[in-house]
Amino acid sequence: MAYLRAFGSALPARIVDNAELGPMVGADPAWLLHATGIGQRRFAEAGETVATLGIAAAKDCLSAAGIPAAEVGFVIVSSGSAEKRFPGPASTIAAAAGIAGKPAIDLPMASAGSLFGIALAAQLAPRYGHVLVVASEIMSRVVRMHPAGRDTAILFGDGAGACLVSNETGFAEIVDSVLATDGDFAEALRLDFDAPLYMDGRSIILQASRKLPRVIGEVLERNHVKASEIGTFLMHQANLNLMTRVAQALGVPAERFFCNIARYGNTSSASLPIAAAEWWNGCEKPLRAPIVLAAFGAGLNWGAMLARPV
Amino acid sequence: MDTQTRIVEIVRQVSGKPIDPAPDESLFESGVLDSFTLADLVSALEQEFSLTIPDSDLSPRKFDSVARIQAYLQSRT
Repeated sequence: MAYLRAFGSALPARIVDNAELGPMVGADPAWLLHATGIGQRRFAEAGETVATLGIAAAKDCLSAAGIPAAEVGFVIVSSGSAEKRFPGPASTIAAAAGIAGKPAIDLPMASAGSLFGIALAAQLAPRYGHVLVVASEIMSRVVRMHPAGRDTAILFGDGAGACLVSNETGFAEIVDSVLATDGDFAEALRLDFDAPLYMDGRSIILQASRKLPRVIGEVLERNHVKASEIGTFLMHQANLNLMTRVAQALGVPAERFFCNIARYGNTSSASLPIAAAEWWNGCEKPLRAPIVLAAFGAGLNWGAMLARPV
Repeated sequence: MDTQTRIVEIVRQVSGKPIDPAPDESLFESGVLDSFTLADLVSALEQEFSLTIPDSDLSPRKFDSVARIQAYLQSRT
């Protein structure tokens, strides 16, 4: 068995509101808020890297869990915006967090990478014990901060999140997950070498609008749980309208979907554990209802996970 | 009601706009549809024409105009 033990996060100190971003991309600040639902986002400072943010999130998560770094048995790091082709940030993050001599692997997956990492961690935990999943992204450096890149630049922010999955105990048992990939639309959202992020927003929203409710419904149905029984849906913070539509498709109030996109924008694979950390820090404990984690993104990769209170 | 008229009626419903687009007019460029109403359009087409549109067919270009939607629907019959 595997359990969600704790979440953590780390966000750059620099807050970029719409008044600051608007002139960079040739957009009116009021329009930015109206079009995206995002009021501000965080941008990494010059000295910050995917690894440094990831290290801070890892430490925050381990502190919240009360688990010494030396007891972590495996590290998984997702990032679609890592600075190097190799090595990925996993080994640096593991070393700096004090997790020495344990396997640390990278998932170069934007958007859904953290969900896939947690799902993998659930499979690894029975063998490795505590599995630390870190997701770290510096999206502000991979978009084009120019009017020509406005449609994507306005959506993203930087940050890192982490989740500790444990074989011993936690606040929720990971019951099941459904993961899927569709490479037919791999070109719709991509980051080529030496080019800014490209996103065919229409394709992505169209695919996500269909696939997310379906995959959440699948994981619920095969575990005989109704959407109305879910206390909180923790979803990749890609788009406010998308979350509202997924809620409508599932027949649950939009308020069940924890949302912090207004303050951080879309931090790609980091957004799910960042949102989860905020929710977990503020939620009533012990949990009384199951939760669902869900994500969709580049690949296309998407999935959903069901966890029950212990 | 012919297919084209049914398509236009669906576009009006999902966009909430009393429009009468030319068959080849881009529904995106003219602002009739956006990313989210496109998803509504696909669902409404499935219901109206009693078909399931597979995810592999969900290229926005196929639904960019009344004429393209009609061509797609004809390809499915």
